[in-house]
Amino acid sequence: MHLLRTTAIRLFYAVILLMAVLLLNFTMMHLAPGDVADTIAQSMGGADEKVLARIRADYGLDQPFLVQLARYMGGVLSFDLGYSYYHNAPVTQLILQRLPATLLLVFTAQILALILGVILGVISARRPNGILSHFVTFFALFGYSAPVFWTGILLLIAFSLKIQWFPVSGMRDVTIVGGFWTHALDIARHMVLPTLTLSSIFLALYSRLSRATMMETLGSDYVRTAKAKGLTQRQVIYKHALKNALSPVITLAGLQFSAVVSGAVLVETVFAWPGLGTLAFESILVRDTPTILGILFFSALMVIIGNLLTDFALRLVDPRLRARA
Amino acid sequence: MQPGVLDVNLKMRSFLAAAMVSALAFAPASAQDTSKQGGTLVVSLPGGTPRSLNPAVQSGVATGFPGTQLFTAPLRYDEDWTPQPYLAKSWEVSKDGLKITLNLQENATFHDGKPITSEDVAFSVEVIKEYHPFKSMFEPVTSVDTPDEHTAVLNLSRPHPALMLAMSGQLMPIIPKHIYGDGQDPKSHPRNNQDVVGSGPFKLVEFKPGEHVILERYEGYWEEGLPYLDRIVARIINDSSARAIALQNGEIQMSTFENEPTILSRLKDVEGLTLTTDGYGGVGPIDWLAMNTTRGPLQDVKVRQAIAYAIDKNFMLKALLRGTATEARTGIHPDSPFYNPDVNTYEFDLDKANALLDEAGYPMKDGNRFELNIELPGFPGYKPQTEYVKAALAKAGITVNVRSHPDFPSWAEAVGSMQFDLSFDSVYNWGDPVIGVNRTYLSSNIDKGVWSNTQGYSNARVDELLNMAATENDPEKRKALYKEFQEIVADEVPIYVTNAVPMHTIYSDKVGNPPLGIWASSSPYDKVYLKD
Repeated sequence: MHLLRTTAIRLFYAVILLMAVLLLNFTMMHLAPGDVADTIAQSMGGADEKVLARIRADYGLDQPFLVQLARYMGGVLSFDLGYSYYHNAPVTQLILQRLPATLLLVFTAQILALILGVILGVISARRPNGILSHFVTFFALFGYSAPVFWTGILLLIAFSLKIQWFPVSGMRDVTIVGGFWTHALDIARHMVLPTLTLSSIFLALYSRLSRATMMETLGSDYVRTAKAKGLTQRQVIYKHALKNALSPVITLAGLQFSAVVSGAVLVETVFAWPGLGTLAFESILVRDTPTILGILFFSALMVIIGNLLTDFALRLVDPRLRARA
Repeated sequence: MQPGVLDVNLKMRSFLAAAMVSALAFAPASAQDTSKQGGTLVVSLPGGTPRSLNPAVQSGVATGFPGTQLFTAPLRYDEDWTPQPYLAKSWEVSKDGLKITLNLQENATFHDGKPITSEDVAFSVEVIKEYHPFKSMFEPVTSVDTPDEHTAVLNLSRPHPALMLAMSGQLMPIIPKHIYGDGQDPKSHPRNNQDVVGSGPFKLVEFKPGEHVILERYEGYWEEGLPYLDRIVARIINDSSARAIALQNGEIQMSTFENEPTILSRLKDVEGLTLTTDGYGGVGPIDWLAMNTTRGPLQDVKVRQAIAYAIDKNFMLKALLRGTATEARTGIHPDSPFYNPDVNTYEFDLDKANALLDEAGYPMKDGNRFELNIELPGFPGYKPQTEYVKAALAKAGITVNVRSHPDFPSWAEAVGSMQFDLSFDSVYNWGDPVIGVNRTYLSSNIDKGVWSNTQGYSNARVDELLNMAATENDPEKRKALYKEFQEIVADEVPIYVTNAVPMHTIYSDKVGNPPLGIWASSSPYDKVYLKD
């Protein structure tokens, strides 16, 4: 029951937060000079005054701010995210088309970063001053500090141009014919570079943190006890120390989830990955307010879901949390 | 200046004067060449995801590429600006210039098998006139008569030579009346992007926004043996570096409207790729520095001339644009038969600039005469130029403050409402000067939003020349009118034109017959083929 209640309270706060996010962003977008009618005119190579006026009238952009706001929020409360002026389609439809690609990328990258990060962290914690440890540190910091689009282009040059292992962009090769597995394999091939790029930022965080917590745990009393009772180092690390060392890493992963989603915007743009990130990038450039707000809405949802999943994962690794519930 | 200008002009003689063009002259000798048949061409879609695939309601090059494959048009153009038969196998302009008769292909069909008739032509004109952003194209067309299924007669209220270029695929798609005439708003018609029933050489297989447009050969295309390609996959790759790599490793075989100097100079020497600026005269994109002639010191023509003298155009072309762009001197694209290069060129001369500013009554005080703002557009490509102008004008004692805009709308707001002094901009000719050039210079078009006469420029003789040229059917006389117009605007510099936007088509050696006519990728790909 306690679990249900905490979840319900969280969800309630989440809804309030979501509304605040939408309200704030709607207002900010409105305060910025110019509007989507300008970018529609731009996409058409210019348009005369009457055409512009007509676009604004069609989309209600000529209405007072409060009327526009009320219309939009009213729509959202009845689960209607509005109509994209620029893309000529309902926002929900646009987003649902792109969502699977982003989910696939974001979750794979997050999981890859976590697993690899923890493994590298543990390896380097075993010999904190060994060559391998220094190598992991260097590599991780490099990934963390390099701008993500730069890492992406670098990987492209290395693995698509110099050694042509992976395709440059997109999610699938439309010229390929075949069954389910052929297509799954094709998507997997397209996924390698974007996933690596996106996880490179987080790999550093996870490996550094798991290295630190692992070193701390390895110095604690219960580990000494475990060693004293004659367990091998492998058993000590993977059976006893790791679970304890893991919970801060998982907490961090939950907190970082929003960063993964925003990192996806850049990665998707570099690799033309047809997800929410590309849509966000396009929509921001053309000032397509309903689509931008819709994407914010869905990203916030994703972050909330990510955080809930983190909570459950923490309960899995830490029996104390389960006991409290 | 450029090779080929002379013979282009000779060919212009036949431009409008040619009253009748025989379809026989256009018999495609190679149409039955089976060696060219087949294959899938993979290209990048210029300009990102199109808003609509229907060029009748959406202009621009992103729509132009898929639009011209999906829909046919009365005419088509190759590289020398001479109209060629397309859906109209021949046409006739009446002596008074008030009637244009189009004789349509008899066995042309839409992708659902229904015949393309003069009714559809009349309907297309009606929709374009009502919904297309370029009102000057069809404004003089009062009605379209359809004496029989294969004859359409456009009635004009005045001679309108600009119509000839407007009858190409980018601007005048022939759309099916039985689909779009169902009473729904053509701008947001559901069949604009899905289940498109087109009239062109290729039909739509799939349009996935943000991903690709896939087109397939239309088996019922009227021209036997065409199109050559089985399929065209147009991929949407927004990142220019990724596009460059895709071209290099052969993932895409052609890309159009590439204009980033760094990318161009990187791909220039790649084996197996050809880069060319051919094919952009019709779209006609030009970069320029706009000056608001209604504000402060810029009201004085001497100040504007001084600014032009203080800027070293050569430096901009060679260093900033890395030699990728051709010089331009007037608001008409250098590839256009109406371009006049013999105008005041403002060779870089700082002393002259300073002298003009002194003369204008702005003496130097502590190295400073006056201040101006320059707007930095929120679209890529103008940062180096803008910063250079700031530095260059500082030498003439003009302090320039750069106001940078995060995106297009905020820049468009400032320039479109004439709240600016200086700004770089690129503006497209879109075929005939009447469509894309008049809007910048006519005094009747002052302060009408972005890409109107936002310079507030007003000159009675210029108005007169442009209006006369708009209704002059004799190409030679028309040319003379535009010649004088260009001399005046070069002298009065409401805009200081720097260069043609370095638009390039980059294509692999495997691509045969790439689209190098005046409309680049906004032209039918029915004769494009893949070499083995």
